[in-house]
Amino acid sequence: MDPQRKRKIRLVAALSVAVLLAVALVYTSFSASTEAKEPSELLAAPPGTSYEMSGRVVKGSIEREGDGISFLVVDRDGESKALPVTYDGTVPDPFRGGREIILTGSVAGGTFVGEPETLITKCPSKFTTESDA
Amino acid sequence: MPSLGGALLALAFLAAVFAAVVALAGRNGDRRWIDLSRRSVYALCALLTACVAIVEIAFASDDFSFNLVAQHSSIETPTFYKLAAMWSSQEGSLLLWAWVLSIVSTVSLYATRNKLRELVPWATAVMMGVAAFFTGLMLFAPNVDPFATLSPVPADGVGLNPLLQHPSMMIHPPMLYSGYVAFTVPFAFAIGALVTRRLDADWIRATRRFALIAWALLGFGLLLGARWSYTELGWGGYWAWDPVENAALMPWLLGTAFLHSIMVQEKRGMLKVWNASLIVATFTMALLGTFLVRSGVLQSIHAFGDSTVGPYILGLIATVLIGSTALIVSRLDDLRSEKRIDSLASREAVFLVNNLLLVALTAVIFWGTFFPLISELFTGSKASLAAPWFDRYTTPLAIGLVLFTGIGPLLAWRRVSWASAKRVFLVPSVVAAVVLVALVALADAASEPWALALFVFAAFALTGLAQEFWRGAAARRSLSGGSMPAALAAIVSRNRRRYGGYIVHIGIAVLLIGIAASSSFQTNRDATMEPGGSVEVDGREITYVKPTVDVTPAYLEFGSLLRVEQDGKRVATLQPSRRYHRPTGEEAGMLGGFFAGESTSEVGLKAGLRSDLWTAVEPDITGVKRRVRAADAGFRACLRGAPGTPEQCKALALTMRAAAADPSLRARASAQIGQIQSVTLDRIASSYLADGSASTFRIIVDPLVTWMWIGGLIALAGALIGLWPSRGRRRGALVRTEGDALKEAKYREIRDAELDHAAGKLSDEDFAALDAELRREAVEILDRVESGNGAAKQIEADEDQDQSAGETREKVPQG
Repeated sequence: MDPQRKRKIRLVAALSVAVLLAVALVYTSFSASTEAKEPSELLAAPPGTSYEMSGRVVKGSIEREGDGISFLVVDRDGESKALPVTYDGTVPDPFRGGREIILTGSVAGGTFVGEPETLITKCPSKFTTESDA
Repeated sequence: MPSLGGALLALAFLAAVFAAVVALAGRNGDRRWIDLSRRSVYALCALLTACVAIVEIAFASDDFSFNLVAQHSSIETPTFYKLAAMWSSQEGSLLLWAWVLSIVSTVSLYATRNKLRELVPWATAVMMGVAAFFTGLMLFAPNVDPFATLSPVPADGVGLNPLLQHPSMMIHPPMLYSGYVAFTVPFAFAIGALVTRRLDADWIRATRRFALIAWALLGFGLLLGARWSYTELGWGGYWAWDPVENAALMPWLLGTAFLHSIMVQEKRGMLKVWNASLIVATFTMALLGTFLVRSGVLQSIHAFGDSTVGPYILGLIATVLIGSTALIVSRLDDLRSEKRIDSLASREAVFLVNNLLLVALTAVIFWGTFFPLISELFTGSKASLAAPWFDRYTTPLAIGLVLFTGIGPLLAWRRVSWASAKRVFLVPSVVAAVVLVALVALADAASEPWALALFVFAAFALTGLAQEFWRGAAARRSLSGGSMPAALAAIVSRNRRRYGGYIVHIGIAVLLIGIAASSSFQTNRDATMEPGGSVEVDGREITYVKPTVDVTPAYLEFGSLLRVEQDGKRVATLQPSRRYHRPTGEEAGMLGGFFAGESTSEVGLKAGLRSDLWTAVEPDITGVKRRVRAADAGFRACLRGAPGTPEQCKALALTMRAAAADPSLRARASAQIGQIQSVTLDRIASSYLADGSASTFRIIVDPLVTWMWIGGLIALAGALIGLWPSRGRRRGALVRTEGDALKEAKYREIRDAELDHAAGKLSDEDFAALDAELRREAVEILDRVESGNGAAKQIEADEDQDQSAGETREKVPQG
């Protein structure tokens, strides 16, 4: 086969593989992603669906319950009805009232039940504009 | 002082603009303009050094008239962290960016002061354009002036967040920053090469070291960050696919690809478009990393608050991307390859595959990182991708990479025959097969096929690399005798780039083994225990012996003593704990602030070569909090002089009232309060010991995770070996003509082929064919040089040049 043609075939093969991979990537990312919601949007969410909730922990609402904790969250701008949350397991260091958190879980009986090890508390430190300290 | 700093910063901005303008005036090669612009860059470096010094002195001397110092430091902040506090702020980190850029610009322009006269003015203009951008940002953008002042001057600062008071804070951020910034140098020279159409390998030879330095710094910064995160609770272990982590990983991956593909351009004159595009992409990613930590566009654990400079950096990124793309497209004709790939069984072909894998890896991470924005664009709602999605794609790509980490070094340039390939692949393949059988038969590795594949390929790579060292040393020994270690040292020191690179490969293979083992075979357990209780985790019996308490001026610490037994023998005693930090500016005498402020977990870690035992505790301090509330209420009542309070209270209330009127009495009042406070604290703290309440523990057994750190350090050592100047270079700057440089490059290729042949990598026939070809090319070059065509331009000599190239020189004319 003449080398020009061979190269072309190679290029087409490589590009097709790349396109296939890209399609797989796009497809799986839409199906594997969890929708991000704020607490106010979750108050009436259907049970069973998994969401990534990001909100602000209500100061003074954190209570221990057995192995886990329960607390209330509101929207990040702080103006919404509070959503009760339960979470089992250890919490990150910066977790406390007034902090922004991200938690994956689903709604059951009006309570947001967090999946273990998905609780992320935003590090309030660097470049902060918040001054609640 | 702040006004002096502001003035110096303004001068620095002017120096950067001046240097850029003057450099462009010298674009026709006029020495006077070029020298003037270079000296302006030196001046910029001096000015920014002075700015950094002023800020650091302000931090060290608690000068709270600086807004920056007041917001990020305090009198009680330990001196060590006062110095690190500069880059915990946005304005301080911008200053760091500009300062490091001025340093690398100075060094790169000094190193090329007698070379590349056409290209340097453009490179200078690019670097100074970026420098002007960042200094200008500090001067003109709102709220990021490092020399902003506070009036009235506060008595104490806010302090550095206790979470950041970790030794890594001193080096992790500056390493990452320096890595980001150092990629500016190869980018700037690439732009220079594109503009002037000097698209041979000159710009690469001039900036390769900077790319390698940037890569090593960024890699070290990532490793430190991973280690830091590993020792904190709730940061997701050493890697969590957090957007900010990804932002630092992407330029590192592209930089890795770049370091490989430029070798192909140097040796074979191919992949020119690719290399130019890669460095543009790498630099863009570095800027994107800088942008991401400041923009607040993505949800991240590194939430830096919404900042004001995001849009400006986005503007810079757009400029860089559009300008560079247009430039590359307009130069496509000049970027044609000089040669074609001869065979798929050649080192350049493997480099191409490894490049594609690295770029694919970056593309996956990019997509995943920015998916929330992408999904918002298409579906209207932000959705994010979690670690499992990233793992699904990055795992196979990483396994492919580790395989090529082993294959690449085994192949020679140009082409390898079946006979040669068989010779070098035999031992590594046999070892890999043995490892596969052993792992399946003796361990439960088969339950994790991806991890199994990685172990087998890593075994292949490590054996292949060991064989390279062994054969190289044996060949050296057969030539010049001596002991094996001496021969090993000799080949490494004479071929630093080659063997330094191999050492990096070893480190990466070891690091990936650590990652695969610890992520696939981790045991993770949450347990609630009372003192005396115990739990079994992965064959270890862990007993909660007793609670512990520590009271210091800075924090209250509640912890637990854990005894770890294995097969009835005590193997470790761990003491995880949680610290509750005293907040600044609390009401005098009140204790409740401890539990409203920051708390940090101190992890109890027993590291080992086989596995790490990692423990963290969350103590139940409900009782302590209750007593603190009661004590605070009592203290308030005492100060009010409520009925039934003891005599001391009245005395204290009097002192405090007097202190409110007369500041000179304040010290005495606070000493008295401090005394009462510490007595109360001690009493409450020891009540925790008596409580005996249950604590929640997280216990993790991480197999082979230590090898991740060891592998990272091996890779760093390899990069340092590759960077270390060779003897010829250290003797002084070598000034050569273009013809000389071409000659040297060809001699080096011949020498490489000879080494590959001596080490058994090339069969006799392959070597004979390759050698004849190389010698023919060398003679052509000699002819051209002698007829005086190539002597016009001075060019940097390659650092690989050393004594043995001289030996080759004598042999060449025979060919």
